[in-house]
Amino acid sequence: MIVETGHYALVLAFALCLVQMVVPLWGSLTGDRTLMAVAAPVSLMQFALVALSFAALTYAYLVSDFSVLNVIENSHSQKPLIYKISGVWGNHEGSMLLWVLTLSLFGALVALRAKRMPEDLAATALSIQSWVLGAFLLFILLTSNPFARVGAPPMEGRDLNPLLQDPGLAIHPPLLYLGYVGLSITFSFAAAALIHGRIDAQWARWVRPWTLIAWMFLTVGISMGSYWAYYTLGWGGFWFWDPVENASLMPWLAATALLHSALVMEKRDALKIWTILLAILAFSLSLLGAFLVRSGVLTSVHSFANDPQRGVFILAILVFFIGGSLSLFAFRVQSLKQGGIFAPISREGALVFNNLLLTTSCATVFVGTLYPLALEAVTGDKISVGPPFFNLTFAPLFVPLFLAIPIGQLLAWKRGDILGAVQRLAFAVGMAVVAGLILAFARGEPVLSVLFAGLAVYVIVGAFIETWGRMTAGGYSPALMWRRAIGLPLSQWGAAIAHAGAGVTLFGLAATGWGVERIVGMKPGDNVNLGPYTVTLEDVERRKGPNYVETAAHMTIREGGVVVGKLDPSRKFYAHRSMTTTEAGLRTIELGQVHIVIPEQNSDGSLDVRLYWKPYVTLIWIGSIFMFLGGGVSLADRRLRIGYARRPRQPKGQPAPAPAE
Amino acid sequence: MKKLWLVLVLLCLSFAPGPAFAVQPGEILSDPALEKRARELSVELRCLVCQNQSIDDSNAPLARDLRLVVRERLVAGDTNDEVMRYVVDRYGEFILLRPPLRLGTLLLWITPLVVLAAGLAWIMVAWRRRSRVTVEAKAAPLTDAERKALENLLEGR
Repeated sequence: MIVETGHYALVLAFALCLVQMVVPLWGSLTGDRTLMAVAAPVSLMQFALVALSFAALTYAYLVSDFSVLNVIENSHSQKPLIYKISGVWGNHEGSMLLWVLTLSLFGALVALRAKRMPEDLAATALSIQSWVLGAFLLFILLTSNPFARVGAPPMEGRDLNPLLQDPGLAIHPPLLYLGYVGLSITFSFAAAALIHGRIDAQWARWVRPWTLIAWMFLTVGISMGSYWAYYTLGWGGFWFWDPVENASLMPWLAATALLHSALVMEKRDALKIWTILLAILAFSLSLLGAFLVRSGVLTSVHSFANDPQRGVFILAILVFFIGGSLSLFAFRVQSLKQGGIFAPISREGALVFNNLLLTTSCATVFVGTLYPLALEAVTGDKISVGPPFFNLTFAPLFVPLFLAIPIGQLLAWKRGDILGAVQRLAFAVGMAVVAGLILAFARGEPVLSVLFAGLAVYVIVGAFIETWGRMTAGGYSPALMWRRAIGLPLSQWGAAIAHAGAGVTLFGLAATGWGVERIVGMKPGDNVNLGPYTVTLEDVERRKGPNYVETAAHMTIREGGVVVGKLDPSRKFYAHRSMTTTEAGLRTIELGQVHIVIPEQNSDGSLDVRLYWKPYVTLIWIGSIFMFLGGGVSLADRRLRIGYARRPRQPKGQPAPAPAE
Repeated sequence: MKKLWLVLVLLCLSFAPGPAFAVQPGEILSDPALEKRARELSVELRCLVCQNQSIDDSNAPLARDLRLVVRERLVAGDTNDEVMRYVVDRYGEFILLRPPLRLGTLLLWITPLVVLAAGLAWIMVAWRRRSRVTVEAKAAPLTDAERKALENLLEGR
């Protein structure tokens, strides 16, 4: 019964979408406030219904209701609780449900803030959001019903794909979806602005926080996915330029560009056409990602639903929304007036440069991902576009971008002084050179690693030059500096932290060049040298888990005879699926990691072992956390706070407090 | 076509019980310089039965065979280019993860440059057009709702 309730709730949510698609939109076009007022409560109701539906499916998983097909296919009564829950979205139908849950969540969040925006903009945006939500609800109801029952329930389920039985599944998809789907709100606002033809700095101010939220979650979502692949896929890689990874990288690049161009639009009323176009493109790329992952047109390690019918449906959604929004854009673009004027060398100019490079890299990923498909369709030629292509094309685009980050932060709006900016960066450049020399001496080859690490240090130090300058403008007394530091707008701190985070990630990437890899056969008692460490295989043990049997190798890591850590990498065999997974042994030492995998046990009792020492590798992911935190700090800025138009509450008769700046 | 993919997927699933185990200890050449070259070449070659894995990453038997072929050719004294040519002659260009520059792939390789150039051109044109219009664009008049909001704000002060 609960399962049917979930299904019914989904149908009701769709019905509400039909209302929402027309009523508030009509109201906003005719200026009817009663009709517009429908938008917010309906959005909240949609969220409640989709959440109920999601809860119903989760319940079916929790009680292992094997009369539900989706539960049979992806669960098992003996599975640990966390994987019963995360199993809900570890499959096509359930993940679509998570997708619509996130869509309706963002609708509801905007609805809660709707009072602080012009009512026609909010009503239209919520209506557009319901168009998107409705399309995906219809997709679920028609092609991917997670609530389908079976006539004769089996005693036991088929268990979740063992690769997905990992805490990564609990964290990565929800974060990623918050990012992917969060961009839908930006899209809805862009469409609403186009419909009403009112595109100005104020719009950017309302929309930027939503973009920032989506961007933050997309950043950590991608990063967590990369870490998950790093520790489970077994060969120590963290980014494979796989189509599905590219599908998440494209919206990220577009969202990053959007974040920066919306800044120009907000402060200077310029780049309006471009910002609106980016807002449309960012979500379009999210949709494209959904299509690529679910249609199976591209082979990928991640694809889990290769159903042509579903592919065609998503393609239709894709064409409708991208085509529709771009037509609207083309229709309105003539009437858009350009705003503020600026010199090429200025903060705006730097942000344009940022957008140029990010857009180019996004286009490169796009073409690289889809080219084999297109070429095969046109000429029948089959080619592969893999990591060597992307690494080769990406580096030349990102080096100038990283070089420009600190410079851009130091340029003034309207007209900047590039010489002055470069002079102020002397300290950052000096630090970079010193760090480069130390690393060249301590770690040596490859040269590229030294150069990139130096660039990373320059970005990290450079990110704080502006804030440091403002902190010390009144002298170097600690108390005064502290007062000035907390007086600075939070958005400035946020930008500095996020940019430094990008530098931290770059440092981690650069350091991969100093990694050490050993591939050896080992017997208990054997030692292997691994960079500064010696690794000993103590013994091999077989253990039984709840739904698997595993072979674990006990390893000890020593540095100069002193034990620094113990690891037990293992192989797990899942009988229900007759599948084997490897669990890497990971030991973080300072910022680096020792990473050991045991791929194979040979007939003579020896183990094939792959060992890696990866110095500074954790910085790759730590950097993304800084980017996330930077976004959060920036979001807390009072000027950016969502819908900050509310009048400040204050007792009568007292003068209003002076603004913080 | 659809069947082909299905076969490939099934093949990979059967070979890859989850993760991939790539190079095995027995394959490694005793000459470290040759082995280094072998690894460099392996990351450029696609495992033909897998989904987007290089033969360096894959544990499919075919990938192993290819790794051994690469090493055989290197031991026989081939240059890197000769090894690649040898492999491409037998398996076709599909095996190269970095597609060679030719007519069919021209568009792929020049895309970054074209987009960059087009973007630059657009920026230049927009900027020149803008600087010719020296008159400050007149701000649009406030709508009634905006005027009211403004009054409210001013009252609040």
